Amino acid sequence: MKIKSTEIVDTFAEAFKMYGSRVIITAETKEWAMAAAQSITGFATSVIGCKCEAGIEAEIATEDSPDLRPGVSVLFFAMDAESLGKRLVERIGQCVMTCPSTACYNGIDEGTAVTVGGQLRYFGDGYQSSKVMADNKFWRIPVMDGEFLIDNSFNVQKSVGGGNILILGKNQKATLKAASAATKAMRQLKDIILPFPNGVVRSGSKVGSKYKSLIASTNHAYCPTLRSVIKNTELDEGINSVLEIVIDGLNIEAVEEAMRVGMTAAAKPGIKKISAGNYGGNLGQYHIKLHELIGAK
Amino acid sequence: MALKLKLHTQPDVPLEVDCISPDRLQSLSNSEISKQTIFHGNRQVNLGDFFDCIGDFDNEIIIEGDCSNIKHIGTAMSFGQITIEGDVGTHTGAVMSGGEINIEGSGADWLGAEMLGGRITVKGDAGHMVGSAYRGSAQGMQGGEIIVHGNVRNEMGHAMRRGLIAVGGNADDFAGVNMLAGTIIVLGDMGIRTGAGMKRGSIICQNIIDILPTFSRSCDYQPSFLRQYYKYLKSMGLTINDSFLDGPFERWCGDSVELNRGEILLYAGK
Repeated sequence: MKIKSTEIVDTFAEAFKMYGSRVIITAETKEWAMAAAQSITGFATSVIGCKCEAGIEAEIATEDSPDLRPGVSVLFFAMDAESLGKRLVERIGQCVMTCPSTACYNGIDEGTAVTVGGQLRYFGDGYQSSKVMADNKFWRIPVMDGEFLIDNSFNVQKSVGGGNILILGKNQKATLKAASAATKAMRQLKDIILPFPNGVVRSGSKVGSKYKSLIASTNHAYCPTLRSVIKNTELDEGINSVLEIVIDGLNIEAVEEAMRVGMTAAAKPGIKKISAGNYGGNLGQYHIKLHELIGAK
Repeated sequence: MALKLKLHTQPDVPLEVDCISPDRLQSLSNSEISKQTIFHGNRQVNLGDFFDCIGDFDNEIIIEGDCSNIKHIGTAMSFGQITIEGDVGTHTGAVMSGGEINIEGSGADWLGAEMLGGRITVKGDAGHMVGSAYRGSAQGMQGGEIIVHGNVRNEMGHAMRRGLIAVGGNADDFAGVNMLAGTIIVLGDMGIRTGAGMKRGSIICQNIIDILPTFSRSCDYQPSFLRQYYKYLKSMGLTINDSFLDGPFERWCGDSVELNRGEILLYAGK
């Protein structure tokens, strides 16, 4: 089946059960909130090498933010709740508490609580103080520009990581253009992030390697430079560039909607096919079928 | 449908009705409720001698009539809602641990004394010792919220340990005296000796007050946690001037005759 002139491959994306959390960062100005958000989501593209995956979900208008200041919401994902809690402590401590004028709040009502502010409070060296308002406990940690305010605990919930689409184009320029259009459309959605640089990854990976020390290696079946020298290439003649968009979401519905929106936006002239990455269905708990997403099988 | 208690006879002396609480009335029929023992002065009488009992309990009790001479309504309640459609007497909501009491008129002394949780909202004024410790007690209010739209009298939050007291109007003398922790916000004027003997906790004042000499001024700054409180109090119907959101506030630390870990945040934007 096709969207416009782009063929949608009859395959599925294989996604995984992860744990997710939403962190809301506010600051005196939008620029400072965004500076902290960009810092905290740095080096968080893949759990393979970064221990967590993170990205900016949305900007938050002043009237909607917990303290009526400009805000940014950030989503974090990891393979289990405990390690996600550790990442939050590390990253909020190093990237948000350090950023002038910021405050940091839990952004999820449900799930399991992990203590974050309750650990970072020790930075206050005994001068920290807590407040409880409407059953919510937060900490005031004295810092050099006043106080850093942070919720005592953040909720983590079962989530979905590794939803993806592969954009197979005739050249790099057309594929980049399609990927950019897709990420722009997907970023309008709530409850998801695109953890790779500008939302796009070119070094898609497969499980394992000929080198025993590596757990992942290049997805050679989608490398155009290898098309003539490998037997299991997935690329037809005329496909010279492939880009992947990986989606992590707080629930499967959000990931599916993001994939659908992304495919629709990416189907442009010069894009031969849109496919998805999977591991034969043996690893991930979720199989997201592309044809079902766009409404016809 | 809520359970309605309609006052049909004004008491000559104070009535003590600690049985008017969702915990005590939830499983009783109306006739059983009418037979609940209360004290009229020092004499035991039945609740039905003063109140008509109408409707069925569904987590809410509505009380009609002038209850300014009726004490201990909602004492030690742990859930549900009580709405008082007029004034109410002393000790309302004392030691309550949950649920909600809404007073359409004014409250009296010892409102929410030593309360542990839940919320009391007063549309009018309240008396002395709001959220305070009883005499001889080490701790006053230990949780929950008391929101008074009008004025309160002396010794509000005496020895309070946790929770929030917010006052839309004025507070008289000794607010937060011997406070252990918690938060007091007063949007109007405050009397003398605010925070005397406080160990920890926060008292937020929007108008100029006389600070005790045992407090020391640290800085002017913009406490971001106050924005959360103001947002919350706005949602509870209090009128918050937007200029308070941006501060600045003077931070006075004290009381140095005690731990010196408390604070008075004094709005400095005027």
